[in-house]
Amino acid sequence: MSAELLRITHLSAVSRASRLPVLRDVSLEVGRAEVHGLVGESGAGKSTIAKAVLGILPQGISLTKGSIALGGRDLLALGSHERRRLLGAEVALIPQDPLTALNPGRRIEAQLTDGLVLWRGLSRRDAKRRALALLNEVQMREPERVLRAFPHELSGGMRQRVLIAAAFALEPTLIIADEPTTALDVTVQKQILRLIRAMQARHGTGVVFVTHDLGVVAQICDRATLLYMGKVMEEGSVEELLSSPHHPYTKALMAACPRYDRPGRGLEPIPEAVLAACRNEVAAFDGSLAND
Amino acid sequence: MAEQASALGSAATPSRRRVDTLAALLHEPKVIGGGGFILFLVLAALLAPLISPHDPLEQDLMSGALPPVGFAGAQAGFPIGTDDLGRDVLSRLIYGTRVALTVAFVAATLAAVLGTALGLLAGYFGKLTDGVISRLIEIWMAFPPVLLSILIVAIMGAGVASVITAIAIIDWTRFARVVRAETMAQAKADYVTAARVIGFSRFTILLREILPNIAPLLVALLTLEMGIAVIVEAILSFVGLSVSSDTPTWGGMIAQGRQTIYQAWWVFAAPLAALFATVLAFNQLGDGLRRALDPAMRR
Repeated sequence: MSAELLRITHLSAVSRASRLPVLRDVSLEVGRAEVHGLVGESGAGKSTIAKAVLGILPQGISLTKGSIALGGRDLLALGSHERRRLLGAEVALIPQDPLTALNPGRRIEAQLTDGLVLWRGLSRRDAKRRALALLNEVQMREPERVLRAFPHELSGGMRQRVLIAAAFALEPTLIIADEPTTALDVTVQKQILRLIRAMQARHGTGVVFVTHDLGVVAQICDRATLLYMGKVMEEGSVEELLSSPHHPYTKALMAACPRYDRPGRGLEPIPEAVLAACRNEVAAFDGSLAND
Repeated sequence: MAEQASALGSAATPSRRRVDTLAALLHEPKVIGGGGFILFLVLAALLAPLISPHDPLEQDLMSGALPPVGFAGAQAGFPIGTDDLGRDVLSRLIYGTRVALTVAFVAATLAAVLGTALGLLAGYFGKLTDGVISRLIEIWMAFPPVLLSILIVAIMGAGVASVITAIAIIDWTRFARVVRAETMAQAKADYVTAARVIGFSRFTILLREILPNIAPLLVALLTLEMGIAVIVEAILSFVGLSVSSDTPTWGGMIAQGRQTIYQAWWVFAAPLAALFATVLAFNQLGDGLRRALDPAMRR
């Protein structure tokens, strides 16, 4: 029980404009030092879950039910000030696009030390020393120079390393990684995944890893939750999920992955019958709610 | 990797970086040309008593309406002639830069401060704040600006202060609209989300994350507004609503020259040319600054 870090229970959300459900009764648990994949296609609700945890849901989406507990404390029950304190110190974000996630007008040093000064009360000098250590830890070349640089002077991979360093700066217990490798090319992607995995293991940090790529899940995650239309389709350890998937959607998704060892076979779309079955499952769930 | 290293090399120290920005500014011909002319005007305004050949108010009816040098009947000592009262046009032109530049700098800055503050609030807080400020902007812009300025000057009385107030109160909407739109765009960027996740307050985010990123745009806009302010001041002087008639202004000179345009066209043409060149210089400077200060455009 003490191994549990994040517990989301029966989380439901709707879009305010259309009143359509965005999340349907999502429950999942993330243990301490566990990398948990949130997998699904566009619009499956994986980013919505991540944003709900961080308390940065867009104005058009509201939570209707459920709870999000971090280390046993219900985030949704906290006042906004307390919640900010808890989240600021305990939860960090590795954003999707390293090109826009750094403020173009501020030096890397300022951006890396922000949180340290705000939450740890470090002096600017101590914060700088810590930032330098962090850059060394993410294997950045010439960290001294990087600290003085502006974001546009760094490559995409370097920026993503800076963002990873920033995420680990406050020694958070949970890191939300929102498709952190999508904007990078494949070779850099692999290095970044290894880096996140290594940092996470060293610091004992729990990670919620949002992705649409099963290959990435196989590389980095311990457990994963598969979503379709805001509903959990299948949940389990990655070995289990990838070697013996139960749900037809998982099977179809695996079959749809491009395989470079089988040239000549084109991409296989997910069969319409499987999608129809998933939609029926979702519709049946919505129907059961309506009957309540 | 070598390329990265050299790119990083250009950011060696903060002071070096400042030098880089300066170098970028000096490589922009529009900044050199426009800025140079404005600098020239500032010097002329400051040194007016020293460089003016005559007292701008000194009348000499015996040498009235003298043409500029090079025309028949010109007199040495009056390079661009005299007006119908025998006042030296060049001296009046030089003294006229004082009012023009004072109004340009002060009024444009006030309009920028007011408009930027409201634009930032509207763009970042959205919802009701945005609704109220946006409606205010729309109502403001629907009101005829000349009428509004006449109203303000009528209430406050003629003088440089009321001209400045009028321009600031009328033209803040230019800044507010642009800043609001730009703030909205910046607020959607991931780095703002990142700052929110760290837990910064909304005002901290607004002032430390967003404002510096719209600063290059603001500088350009401010310079353009200075050009506009020069014209508005001239218009108000032209209709006699600016400063008292014993202070030479370009607009006042144009109004006066218009009456004698057939006998002494230079009285009309000289301030018009000065006005034209000044506004052009401000616009060029603004455009050049926008190019030079934008890190993305520079690279």
